[in-house]
Amino acid sequence: MKKPYQKAWFFVLPVLLLVAFNALIPMMTVVNYSVQETFGNNLFFWEGLGWFEKLLHSERFHAALGRQFLFTAIILAIEVPLGIIIALSMPRSGFWVPVCLVTMALPMLIPWNVVGAMWNIFTLPDIGLLGYLMNHTLGIAYDMTQNPFAAWATIIVMDVWHWTSLVVLLSYAGLVSIPDAYYQAAKIDGASNWAVFRYIQLPKMKQVLTIAILLRFMDSFNIYTEVFVLTGGGPGNSTTLLSIDLVKIALGQFDLGPAAAMSLIYFAITLFVSWLFYTLMTKDDTN
Amino acid sequence: MAQITLSKLQHSYYPNPKTPDDYALKEIDLDWEDGGAYALLGPSGCGKSTLLNIISGLLDPSEGQVLFDGKDVTGLPPDQRNIAQVFQFPVIYDTMTVFNNLAFPLRNRGLNEDAVKQRVEEIAHMLELDTMLDSRAAGLSPDNKQKISMGRGLVRKDVNVVMFDEPLTVIDPHLKWKLRSKLKELHQRVRATMIYVTHDQTEALTFADQVVVMNDGQIVQIGTPVELFERPAHTFVGHFIGSPGMNVLPCDVNQGMAFFHGHSIRLEGAIDSTGTGTGTGKTEIGIRPEYVSLSDKGLEATIRKVADVGRHNVVDAMVGDTLVKAVVNGVVPAQGETVHLSFDPAKTRLYRDGWIATQAQGATP
Amino acid sequence: MRKRSLIPILYILFLMLPIYWLVAMSFKTTGEILSGFSLFPQTWTFDNYVVIFTDPTWYWGYINSIIYVSLNTVISLTVALPAAYAFSRYRFLGDKQLFFWLLTNRMAPAAVFALPFFQLYSAVGLFDTHLAVALAHCLFNIPLAVWILEGFMGGVPKELDETAYVDGYSFPRFFTTIFLPSIKAGVGVAAFFCFMFSWVELLLAKTLTAVYAKPIAATMTKTASSAGYELGLLAAAGTLTIIPGAIVIYFVRNHIAKGFALGRV
Repeated sequence: MKKPYQKAWFFVLPVLLLVAFNALIPMMTVVNYSVQETFGNNLFFWEGLGWFEKLLHSERFHAALGRQFLFTAIILAIEVPLGIIIALSMPRSGFWVPVCLVTMALPMLIPWNVVGAMWNIFTLPDIGLLGYLMNHTLGIAYDMTQNPFAAWATIIVMDVWHWTSLVVLLSYAGLVSIPDAYYQAAKIDGASNWAVFRYIQLPKMKQVLTIAILLRFMDSFNIYTEVFVLTGGGPGNSTTLLSIDLVKIALGQFDLGPAAAMSLIYFAITLFVSWLFYTLMTKDDTN
Repeated sequence: MAQITLSKLQHSYYPNPKTPDDYALKEIDLDWEDGGAYALLGPSGCGKSTLLNIISGLLDPSEGQVLFDGKDVTGLPPDQRNIAQVFQFPVIYDTMTVFNNLAFPLRNRGLNEDAVKQRVEEIAHMLELDTMLDSRAAGLSPDNKQKISMGRGLVRKDVNVVMFDEPLTVIDPHLKWKLRSKLKELHQRVRATMIYVTHDQTEALTFADQVVVMNDGQIVQIGTPVELFERPAHTFVGHFIGSPGMNVLPCDVNQGMAFFHGHSIRLEGAIDSTGTGTGTGKTEIGIRPEYVSLSDKGLEATIRKVADVGRHNVVDAMVGDTLVKAVVNGVVPAQGETVHLSFDPAKTRLYRDGWIATQAQGATP
Repeated sequence: MRKRSLIPILYILFLMLPIYWLVAMSFKTTGEILSGFSLFPQTWTFDNYVVIFTDPTWYWGYINSIIYVSLNTVISLTVALPAAYAFSRYRFLGDKQLFFWLLTNRMAPAAVFALPFFQLYSAVGLFDTHLAVALAHCLFNIPLAVWILEGFMGGVPKELDETAYVDGYSFPRFFTTIFLPSIKAGVGVAAFFCFMFSWVELLLAKTLTAVYAKPIAATMTKTASSAGYELGLLAAAGTLTIIPGAIVIYFVRNHIAKGFALGRV
């Protein structure tokens, strides 16, 4: 058991101060804005919960939130199973393991706007590799600046490209930690490949998968740069996800009050859904 | 249940083995009788786990055959051999209940639920797991987990052999003893062939009717615990079994007599000149410390150390620069004192290149 | 077995395609890019790279990015190490709540903080400095570093600490000469993640800088909008941003899988 030791607070104090500086002060600013109205010149008027009320009834917010949930749901539904399948089919040892890991991790280390720019170049209808292949080789009309469906498909493929490796690496880490004896016992017990996956691999990956799903949820729910650089939220508003809308309101229109109220609701939703995922996925362990 | 025959079995982990050192198993021929309780004893890395995995089918031998009741099973995968294996660390299916764990091998073989239920309950009762059938297997203590992995082997009626690969490694010392006697009891009840792999001599000797001692990829002796103790066929067995191990003393052989530091030593029988070894190899005398006694005359030795191990004392005596250990009851000499050692001739043997080279008492020459 | 290895191969191919296109583009002339499709550069040119390495607004972008990323990694690790030690070894008032609160900051959308950060760092006079970006990135990197390090430290038996104290080690000496070497891998993994998230983040880095500390990524967005379609230059700058990440990942390749597996949920 851990020793009770109140002086341990001194160890965490620097962390507390730094994170509090970065989190609490801006958060208080946001809360402050969210209940006021401003017409510039640093003049603020008390607005109460008005912004929240307006926001919760605003079509625009509902639309952005809906797009955000749709986007996150789709990429989770693709990246998690795909990541598991890739991790399962990777070699367990030997020369190719570090090669796989390094090449797979590469997309995650590219600055997010470069990711957007890269996909922009990749998908340009007449110049990009994908764009050219689609339009001129396969004969499918593809231009994500015109067609909302193409834009959606592109941001989803981009996110799959960008982040599936995270699920792969985490699942793989879970898989290699399973001792050989489990596989041997399963063989002797006559278990099918499916049973090995269902009763050995999946349970052993559960912890890392929880981390993977949580991280993927948070990061995809907060996605901004890649999509903004690639589509700018368009065509029209079709790919205006929550973050993009927020920045538009806050920095584009400088509507501080609504933006602040939206920030708080946004953060609350992220927190709540993360908590929900976490409780659901760890529920079985407690009994 | 079946008799298991290993015929000319060899295994190497290298694709193209050249020297004998490349082999983890060097030519093994062995019969395991139906229903026997065997132990496979040897130090880490001697090849015992390799041998076990070949019998279970987890590993394909480089050469040779594995036969169950005379039927060649060398090419069969593990699930078709009807074997059970208990591993060093308890292997259980974490997400399942104890009942489902035990039922798993039966359901995989398509048995109907009624038969599964009956059989699982029977085995659970035998293993004293019946009170926890509905609890999740993940939360149990290591000894109960190990019982479950045993149970998964035993539920199958047609099981040919149950193999244990150092199953008590993670069990608390006070439970080891309990689980070990449970195993012994199980063997008597189900009468399945059981093979118990261990590097611990106490575990091997208490569990098995027959102990197979392995060293360096080969079998050095097969025998009952008493035989292994009383008449080791190889200096390795003498040294590995018993505490302290057998004294192995370099000696010269001249005209059928053994000489140790110039003294002629009486042996249990005549020196075998035709037996194992070419007759020119390294010769050693083997005598257990239990059969070395202090007396008035005989080999002169100086006491270097006396260790009280409880029931008796272990005396380290130096004959010249050779250490001879003796087990002494009662009065012990002081350190530095000069004593005389005598060896019990009936228990004194000559080994040539490690292998025994004297004829047993009563044997006709 | 063969069929199985097809999946990772296809996946890696899919990952490499856009990267290939970026690199290929960076070696093409603007004329070639705009004139139509070509799978390989027809006339190889290094002009784009020459521009980047001779124009201070470009290469300073790199230097700025590397400065604040390194600064952030050092700060994050320095404060996260003792904190992770406290969380892994001691019980104290509010420890669980504090740990959870730290993690919630990892969930904060950067977009939420962009404007308040701008005001905050302007108010304390740090706007457009490397330190501002480095400190801002601590918001999500410190929680992550604490989380990873705590996982690794949990794997070190407490007996190690006790033995050292019995042997008369002072805490700082024990921590630096005995404890740190035994969690080397964890420190490497935590440093890797701090580097990674600080290197790839743009929104905050852009918001907090104007001229002197402007990151390479921001320079790129300016180029894209002001100079019209200088795709070759953009591609060359993008290619160069991949390199630091590739180098860092190569060094931690053997720890990365393990680093992911540890850390508690």
